[in-house]
Amino acid sequence: MSSTPHRWRRQPFIANPWLRWTLIAGVLTYLGWALATLPFDWQRIGEGLPRAVRIFGGGLPPDFDRYQLLLDGFKESFQIALLATLLGVLLSIPFAVMAARNIVPRPVYLVGRAIIIVARSFHPVIVAILFVKAVGFGPLAGILTLTLYSIGFVGKLLAEEIEEIDWGQVEAMRAVGAGYLSTLLYAVFPQILPRQIGLSMYQLDSNLRASAVVGIVGAGGIGSTLMNAFGRYDYDFAFAILLVIIAVILVSEGVSGWVRKRVW
Amino acid sequence: MLEISQLVKRYGHDEPVLKGLDLSVEGNSVVSIVGASGAGKSTLLRCINRLIEPTSGSIKLNGTELSTLKGQALRNARRRIGMVFQGFNLIDRLTVMENVLAGRLGYVTFLQAWRRRFPQEDIERAFQLMERVGIAQYANKRADELSGGERQRVGVVRALMQEPDILLADEPTASLDPVTSEQIMKLMRSLASELSLPVLINIHNVAQARAYTERIVGLRHGRLIFDGPPERFDKAALDQVYGGIEAPDESMAPTPAEENV
Amino acid sequence: MVMEPMEQRVWTRYDRRERWVRLAIMLLVAAIMVWAVRDVDIYWPWVWDAPVQIHGLLERMWPPDLRQANDILTALVETVHIATLATALTIFAALPVSYIAAQNTTPNKACLWLGRFILVASRSVNTIIWALLFVAIFGPGVLAGILAIMFRSIGFVGKLMGEAIEEIDRKPVEAMEATGAGRAKVILYAVVPQVMPAFFAIIILRWDINIRESTVLGLVGAGGIGVILQGAIDTFAWPTVATILCAIILLVLIGEAITSLLRRKVL
Repeated sequence: MSSTPHRWRRQPFIANPWLRWTLIAGVLTYLGWALATLPFDWQRIGEGLPRAVRIFGGGLPPDFDRYQLLLDGFKESFQIALLATLLGVLLSIPFAVMAARNIVPRPVYLVGRAIIIVARSFHPVIVAILFVKAVGFGPLAGILTLTLYSIGFVGKLLAEEIEEIDWGQVEAMRAVGAGYLSTLLYAVFPQILPRQIGLSMYQLDSNLRASAVVGIVGAGGIGSTLMNAFGRYDYDFAFAILLVIIAVILVSEGVSGWVRKRVW
Repeated sequence: MLEISQLVKRYGHDEPVLKGLDLSVEGNSVVSIVGASGAGKSTLLRCINRLIEPTSGSIKLNGTELSTLKGQALRNARRRIGMVFQGFNLIDRLTVMENVLAGRLGYVTFLQAWRRRFPQEDIERAFQLMERVGIAQYANKRADELSGGERQRVGVVRALMQEPDILLADEPTASLDPVTSEQIMKLMRSLASELSLPVLINIHNVAQARAYTERIVGLRHGRLIFDGPPERFDKAALDQVYGGIEAPDESMAPTPAEENV
Repeated sequence: MVMEPMEQRVWTRYDRRERWVRLAIMLLVAAIMVWAVRDVDIYWPWVWDAPVQIHGLLERMWPPDLRQANDILTALVETVHIATLATALTIFAALPVSYIAAQNTTPNKACLWLGRFILVASRSVNTIIWALLFVAIFGPGVLAGILAIMFRSIGFVGKLMGEAIEEIDRKPVEAMEATGAGRAKVILYAVVPQVMPAFFAIIILRWDINIRESTVLGLVGAGGIGVILQGAIDTFAWPTVATILCAIILLVLIGEAITSLLRRKVL
């Protein structure tokens, strides 16, 4: 055995010292830059604590007296979510087919992909604000928004699913002389259908969540009710709405998870 | 010296896994524990360092009663009991050296452990042991890059880093191929005599037990039914331990030739 | 077994029970949809008019107005800052929560339920609702935005990290306990290395999501690009709105490119 003293240090996380120190310096510089340039209004922030006390004081206990308003808001949210999911899931099929590299010509693929990317890039709230300006306040704007949102999300996943299908089945259909549409119907759709049902349930759940927020910019549903309560400093009613939103989301998550487990 | 008396372990209200076991191990003897799966071998070893809580009975190591220790006292006792596992139980994403030094975790502070600043004598000892078993060149490799036999050597070195008073080995060769497992058994035997360390080995392979250990203990249904030197562990004893349950691996295979490691 | 005569054999896709269940589910779904369509508070002439209106809006946006490019760029950078700082802060808050919300590391039942409550509360309230609350407390500005993003992210990161902790291999934990290491050291050596890859993946994923989320904070006054978007919409400056929308798409795409690069480099 050797008797020379051994040295051992932990291998640094990033082996190259230059890269390591550049990264550390970069992160520190970034933090300094970000904190220095962001406009913090410290005086206003300083008033935060008493305001928080006032808001929570006004909000507790939550006030369920106007439950009729609350129920109406939720009914509308449900309707928005349901219709948007139906429209979105149906419309997502053609867009998904367009955006699947393996079954359409390249120009169509590019157009399909672009549509899905644009639909996914915008947060539903931004889309909602535009639809509110175009078609006016109310649930119609909400439905249009969430339909677009669903097309983006379901369309993307479905397109990926189509790209991964078992190609042998398609060849088999072509071999028996089936046309393009019947090949889609017999060889492609059966392979993606279970996934599509699962996705629909997932999308219903996430549309229900989203329908609570698109209302904040005027697109109907419980979000509008919440925004009104907040705007009128009706904090006890606002807290009641928030609690119910949390409860509904929990239930909807549970139901959607249960159904997906059964179907998948 | 390890003295176990009237050790009982039962899970819930099931039949006990260990039914009043007595066993004592002295000096630097290498003892193998044989028995069918479910005979309670693993449970016995884990009761000694209290990875499993015994239901009743007494376990004394060098005069200290282990079965009633709590908190820091239990951890201090565990530092003196090395353990080698069937699945190696290495931390795959850490380097070999970090795995080896992990054997010192009971001795260093949290801050030292976190910054990997172990005392120089620990590092010296780690290198010595790793050179002894032939893995020093892998010090800065990730543990999951090593082969099975090399990984088990890391496991052995980690246990020895604890400067243990006794070494427990739970099926140390069961995940290895025959050649490698012979190497590991030889290694453990020679390390035991070099460090004058008592070793308790759970083993499924009776041929290896006979070849590499000085004493065989047979368990069946949680009871000790054989205790003696390998020469006495004959066909009758084998049938007693395994009879009617399952055939042990290579039960009566010829004893492997003696070699030095 | 005797086969039925050829002409009596019929082929159907589903057996009788399956068909009834499927029919019932379909009828139920259809009934709910009909109810939703008839009951929802929509003025139908507007629906038929919607394509015209949307087209009109798009026409008013063309061509995009680049005169405010500088302001837009500043706002974009602010948006990224909000997302990044909030993600960084989330790490510190979410890790302890995931630790107590994972069944195998939680110190006791009370902590477990406290952890789960925090995760559920955080996840159920949307970012923009958190923003609404923090704007009411701290006034309009980036702080409200950062806190809103952070409070929503804690639930996301905490839940996924908790699941990662619950899925670790128990063997190294056992080995570390056998060396006589205390709880903290066991966590450090046996748990932390195992959840590291999941941790990076989750943080990168959440940063990507946070970039998107921080584009809308401004609509309730919590800073970022949304503030000037709201301003442009309120003043009917549609060409500017178009520019801002393009900028948002660009930002989201850049964010996605960075995250996929990071994912390849780090993992």
